[in-house]
Parts: sequence; structure tokens; C-alpha cells
Amino acid sequence: MSVGSVFPQLEQLLPRVSKPIQYVGGELGAVVKDWDATTVRWALMYPDAYEVGLPNQGVQILYEVLNEQDDVLAERTYAVWPDLEALMKENGVPAFTVDAHRPVRAFDVLGLSFATELGYTNMLSALDLAGIPLDSADRGDDDPIVLAGGHASFNPEPIADFIDAAVLGDGEEAVLEITGIIREWKAEGRPGGRDELLLRLARTESIYVPRFYDVDYLPDGRILRVVPNRPDVPFRVSKRTTMDLDAWPYPKKPLVPLAETVHERYAVEIFRGCTRGCRFCQAGMITRPVRERSITTVGQMVKEGLEFSGFNEVGLLSLSSADHSEIGDMCSGLAEQYADTNVSLSLPSTRVDAFNIDLAQELSRNGRRTGLTFAPEGGSERIRKVINKMVTEEDLIRTVVTAYSNGWRQVKLYFMCGLPTETDEDVLQIGRMAHEVIKAGRVAAGTKDIRCTVSIGGFVPKPHTPFQWAPMERPEVIDARLKMLKQEINSDRSLGRAIGYRYHDGEPSLIEGLLSRGDRRVGAVIRRAWEKGGRFDGWSEHFSYARWVESCAEVLPGFGVDLDWYTTRERQHSEVLPWDHLDSGLDKDWLWQDWQDSMSEFEQDDCRWTPCFDCGVCPSMDTEIQIGPTGKKLLPLTPVNPLRVPA
Amino acid sequence: MAKNQPVGGQAPVVQRIRIRYAKRGPLRFTSHRDFARAFERALRRAAAPIAFSQGFTPHPKISYASAAPTGVGSEAEYLEIGLQAEVDPEQLRVALDAALSPGLDVLEAVVADAGSLADRIDASRWRIELPSIDPAAAAAAVKAFNDLDEVLVERMTKQGLRSFDARQAVTRIAVIEQSTGPSEADGAPCAIIDLVVRQVTPAVRPDDVLSGLRVAAGLEPPVPPRVTRLAQGTLTAQGEIVDPLDADRASALPG
Repeated sequence: MSVGSVFPQLEQLLPRVSKPIQYVGGELGAVVKDWDATTVRWALMYPDAYEVGLPNQGVQILYEVLNEQDDVLAERTYAVWPDLEALMKENGVPAFTVDAHRPVRAFDVLGLSFATELGYTNMLSALDLAGIPLDSADRGDDDPIVLAGGHASFNPEPIADFIDAAVLGDGEEAVLEITGIIREWKAEGRPGGRDELLLRLARTESIYVPRFYDVDYLPDGRILRVVPNRPDVPFRVSKRTTMDLDAWPYPKKPLVPLAETVHERYAVEIFRGCTRGCRFCQAGMITRPVRERSITTVGQMVKEGLEFSGFNEVGLLSLSSADHSEIGDMCSGLAEQYADTNVSLSLPSTRVDAFNIDLAQELSRNGRRTGLTFAPEGGSERIRKVINKMVTEEDLIRTVVTAYSNGWRQVKLYFMCGLPTETDEDVLQIGRMAHEVIKAGRVAAGTKDIRCTVSIGGFVPKPHTPFQWAPMERPEVIDARLKMLKQEINSDRSLGRAIGYRYHDGEPSLIEGLLSRGDRRVGAVIRRAWEKGGRFDGWSEHFSYARWVESCAEVLPGFGVDLDWYTTRERQHSEVLPWDHLDSGLDKDWLWQDWQDSMSEFEQDDCRWTPCFDCGVCPSMDTEIQIGPTGKKLLPLTPVNPLRVPA
Repeated sequence: MAKNQPVGGQAPVVQRIRIRYAKRGPLRFTSHRDFARAFERALRRAAAPIAFSQGFTPHPKISYASAAPTGVGSEAEYLEIGLQAEVDPEQLRVALDAALSPGLDVLEAVVADAGSLADRIDASRWRIELPSIDPAAAAAAVKAFNDLDEVLVERMTKQGLRSFDARQAVTRIAVIEQSTGPSEADGAPCAIIDLVVRQVTPAVRPDDVLSGLRVAAGLEPPVPPRVTRLAQGTLTAQGEIVDPLDADRASALPG
């Protein structure tokens, strides 16, 4: 059965919506295959607006990996804005992919990448528009397998009713294994229908199928246990780890959109994983161990990625890029190669030390200077010990001053508010630190014309981190502290004028906290919030705190719990956490010990340079740290530049 | 920042090339800003020796003639680029066309002569397809519009709602005869309007003329009309549009 395009119907609606180009496809790097010439078909969704979703690395990597298989077809779909959603419903146009505008429901798999939990309501909109039943239990053999991935899938319990399966960890190899299982099941004539397919997926022991697990609760609302409801699925489901990043140099053909998107650059992941051990950082905990991509592979990817895409910006991404064992040679090599071009190179610079400035100097050799961002995360030395962000105030000021004396006029400092044990004093110190930075910077730069921006994010405790037990602070306390900090910054008018101040209110963080550490009962809240119109919850203009609070109040009392129970309550050691049956490799006892160490302001070193501290990941996942240096250097490109005319 | 100003400066422009390109099919929804970004990337993909402006943040030398509105197709968009090395225009055309998504098609490239491209463009010809509108009804509306000296229409602009005349700028409007329906395979009627509009301020766009047909004769298309720009250029006394690249081609000829 061939599947047609819905574009003729969609085309009638596009003149009536804003930024229609985002629904049209036609990107460089996009692949359109013959439907009938393929056997396994994936619709990959990033459940946010196209402008945010298109640059997403995860989706781009899986899209390319899948489409490289001859008999596999992968297309992409993104959340549609409410203006188009209303028109689609009115005119009976179903959810579609942007590549060939095929209806999402026709695919074998709908794979959703959740970078954040705030995309959950957008998933419900997409299912609804696609004509796929919202509840996994109501789906039939004609519906796609709804599969969640991305960091949020390390606790998919709040969306357990809506998804059929979840994959934890790296996707490159997982999507091929899933494809193989589906291919075989289809070739056998789909024995046992949907349930059999899900069972085959579950038997891999690294794909979580929520329907095969039951959750029992204690009378006080806590979880008693989560156990399989059939004998042939594993008690715990493990995360995936792609070990050799040089063997998976994706994206090779990055998607280049016509529409404006949040990042217009070629991004290369220079390593995956991080062992700095920042206790708030879920990414750093769940992506262990550190696996570097070698300098030569990075150089090759940059060269080919730029030639393919025509981008003039390269981002060398990772969780802490200055920590790559060959970062110095990598930066000077690339700077040399692109010295006479208009290509700009950037490193997300969060490490607070002078080395970072050396690298930034190197990268800006051709005059294209990108911004400098440092992330001390906490305002006081005490709170930085609590979160294990090892940097002293002297280090920070010295680093920023070095930046000013090397010609930077603006630096950005990133902090969090609402951290465990935080007091007003910890937050006020951010303001004093910013004052010191400006004072010392003016002296060093020899001018008053320098600025810094203080940017504050709300802390959200995440599963599989030492802070998974931590109570959240109430939004009104956060908002009061942020107001106090503003006054502190402006208490000296001359210094205050040189300091920009950006922050987010506490309310969205509390809801993110509910969705992050929620259990299956939170699914009813998500459904209610969506029914009340909840969409695009990551966007302040669409997010409604009142809607979420109302939804909680309507749904949660039936379970004997409430919003505070999920967010501001501190968990005890003995409590079964909703994600305990999902194995990130981290030893729960080690996490608890690190949480206790945090309370006593005891710091943990990085296992790349000090002995193993037994977080548990390497032995339980059969992985190991993979770092260089390889000793290789980047060779300068030969500057040949003839017009590239296709044969 | 002053001490960081580049010292060498940018290579000078040695060749200027004028390009006609099309926005077709789904990619007619590309906005002008979207196209401009895509074109800069295409120059880099094609390794075109584009010249840059001087200064700390050099910009590629590209200038655009008036761009068709988002959602309107075009067979006749124009731009001019400055190059720091000479290239064969046809090779450049092929390279740029390959570097852009299908649907953004580079149709012609000619070496520019001394005249200015903008001075050679003062009118556009448009084709407006009105699916589900009977050609006779369209012809009646066109006649009513034509018979008026002034047709005031309103459009939301950045300055707010503006009211202006959509009639005076129109030098030709007619329903064209056709033997078969061009866009509707199912035999539903489809009126096609041929329209020539002078460049005036404020600009009168095809949707303003459609508003004019509504004001003058109550013509309300039930589905969105499909509009294509067919030509841009100099309007002659006879009402024809002269290709703005004609003069460049003439001066490129030997002798």
C-alpha cells in the first residue's frame, strides 16, 4: 500500500499561518525515498517548534543513520504551532512529516526525542493530530510504535501511558537494532501483532516497555515496587552506550534549513559523557563514561560538514569542551585551517580557567570573536562545594579579568538559583561577585567600557543524579531571591550599569520538576493540562503555571498526593524512586553517598585524572573511559578553491 | 574594539554578475530573509569567489531587486553579486543552482554592465490562479475594477492598517482565455488573471489587487489564490515589460 502526500491539502492552509516555510521541508540534506521500496519506516519527531527542533543533533544523527540503510525510510516531524493545529483540525489534515508530507500514522515507528520534559504536551498534540490513540493500550496493529528517547526518557514514567517503549542512552546502534527486530517481525507476517513486537523489543533488555511492568503503591503514596508483570522481560532495563565515536561520525550531511532556526552552524560533538561530577547535571551523570572523538575525525567532519552545508560557523560541542585531551591542538589546527576564511569557530566555554581563554584566543584568530561564557553555577564558595563545581572566587575573577585584558569587552556568567541548602546569602554573593568582576576588569582593561551579563537558571532536580532526593525550593522563595539579587546588583549604580541581568521565574521550574521526577500518576496531570490547552510549555508565552496547578489539583488528590509531594518534598534513602528499574549504570548507593557528601560540602574529583571513585557505570555497563591524546595533529588544508560545478 | 580592526582589508570587486532565479512549488513559501541566508550558504557551497564589504564584520556583496512576497511563486527574481575573481557566468549559474534546494532555481547569470539593475525594474507581470472561481465571474470583477479610477484597499503594515489605492498602479488586468483548467485536474473551474503592476509607493501587490476585486465587485476566492511573478523589468509605452538583463547581454556581445 502506497502512502500519499498530504501536501495538496496542507498547501491550502499555509498562506494562513505564520512562517509557513517551516512546514515545507526541502532542506539540504533532507532525504525523500520511495515508500514502497522500503520495509521499515520511521517518523522522527522533535516535539517542539521547527526552529528549535531542526538543529537538534540527536534527530539529525538518527535520521542519517537510518536513511543510510537501503530498505529503511526516516522522515521528520516537528510540533506545529497552534495556528496551524487549529486549521489542520478544522480541515481534517493529519500530522505529517516535513520530508514527503506523509501522514505520521502510516509509519512503523514514531520516535520522539525528549531533550526536556516540557515537550510532553506537544507529544499529545501530535498523537491527536496524527489520529493515533493517546493511550498505548488503545492502539491497534495499524498504529506506529510510539518510542521515546532523549535525556527525559531516563524517567519516562510520567508518559508511560502514552508511549509504547523507551530507549535510554545513545541511539545510533539502538535504532538499527530496533529496525532489525521490526524487519524480521514484518517478514514473518507480523506474528502475535503489536504485543509480540513489543515483547521482542523488551527482550533486548535495553528497551523499556512500560506496559510489561506494574507499579504498586504504599498507602502514603510512595511506590512500593515496580515489577514485571510477565516472566520473560528483565527486572531492570539498561541504557545504551555507543563506545567508538570515530566509527559513528554523524551528522555527515547536516540538515540545512531554509527557515530561520536557533542555531545555524555545523556542530561536531567532540566527546560524549562528562565526569566533572557536577551534582545537578543529569547529562553529566547519565552519559558516562567519557568517550572522545579523535582530533583527526573531528577535523575531517568539520571540513566535509562545511563543504556540504555552506555554514560559516562551527561549534565544537560537548558537556565541557575544554576537557578534550587534544583540545589545544584541535583549536590551533582548526584556527590555522580557517584563518583566511570567514568561518567562525566556537567552543561552548563553561570551564572557569585561563586555559579556556587561550583556546578562545586561538579560535578568534581570523578576527571572528565569539562570546565568552563562564558557568560558576553558584554564587558562594559554600554552595559551589555543595554542587561540586570546583572553582574559587579568585580563580573566577582572575579568569574573567584575563578575558577583559585580552580584548573581550563582554562576558557572560551563568548561575543557578534554588540549589539544595541555598540561602539568600548564597544568591546575594552572585551580585558581589559580579561587582568584583567589573571592578577588576575595568582596571585590567584600562577602560570603563566593559560589561558582564549574569544569567540565572532555575535548578530542577533530575533523576539519576545525587540531587534526585533533593527538595525543590518554592517558586515564591526563588522569585524573592532573584528580586533581592537585582537590588544587590544595582546597589552600586556605576557597577550595576555594567551588569546585565537575565533570569527565569521559579514557576516553570517547579512544573519541570514535577514532570522530571514524576511517576505514572503524573500522566493524568499531563493529559489534563493538554486538554485545557497546554502546548509549547517550554515557551514563556505559551506556558501557564495556573493551568498546571489546576490540573494537579483536579487529578492528584485522587491518588492521595499533590504538586508539593512531587516537588518540594525531600525523598528518603529507603524510598523506591519511579526510575529505579531503569539502569543508567550509576550505583544508587554511590549516588546517595554523593548526596550525603554534598550536604557536608565535600567535593568529588574527576576520575579522568584521579582514581576511580566507583560511580558504578563502567563495570555495570561494560564500558571504560576513552580519552586520548592520540598524538596526531591536524594538517593544514591545501587552499584550492575552484568553483564547485557539478559534473 | 578598534584595535581589533582587520588591517589588510578585503579583496576588491573585479566582476559583477546579475542573476535571475525562480521560487517554485512548495519553496514559494521561502521568505526573502530565508532566501538571503540560503543564497549566502550556496555561495560558500559552490566556492564562489564572493567579495566582502570592508570592516570588522564583512558582509558578502549581494544586492537584491524587489523580492516577491512570501507564498508567491516567481520566475523572475533578480540579484547582483560582486566577485573578487572572474568566473564564467554559466559555470557560476550551474554551481549555484546545484548548491540551492530544488525549487530555488538559478535560471540565468550574466556579467553586469555599467547601468543599475534597480533602474531597469519598474513593473512586474503576475499570474493569479483562482481555483473554484468561474472565469466569467472573474472577468466581470476585473471589468468592474477596470472601470473605476480608484479602488481603496486596506493592508496591515508595520505602521498599522494602511488604506491606499490599488487601481492606478495596475496597467493591465485581464482574465486569460484557456482551453483546459491548468491547476485543477478534477475539472473544477479555475480563473486565471494576467496582471501588470507598476512599482509605486506604497507597493501594490497581487493580494492588494485581489482585495481591490473584492472591494469593486465582491469577488471572494473560497480557496487561497496561487500567484506567480512571471516577469520584472522596464515598462514600455506599449505596456510590455523589457527583460532587465537585455542591456547586460547586449554590452557583453563583442564589437
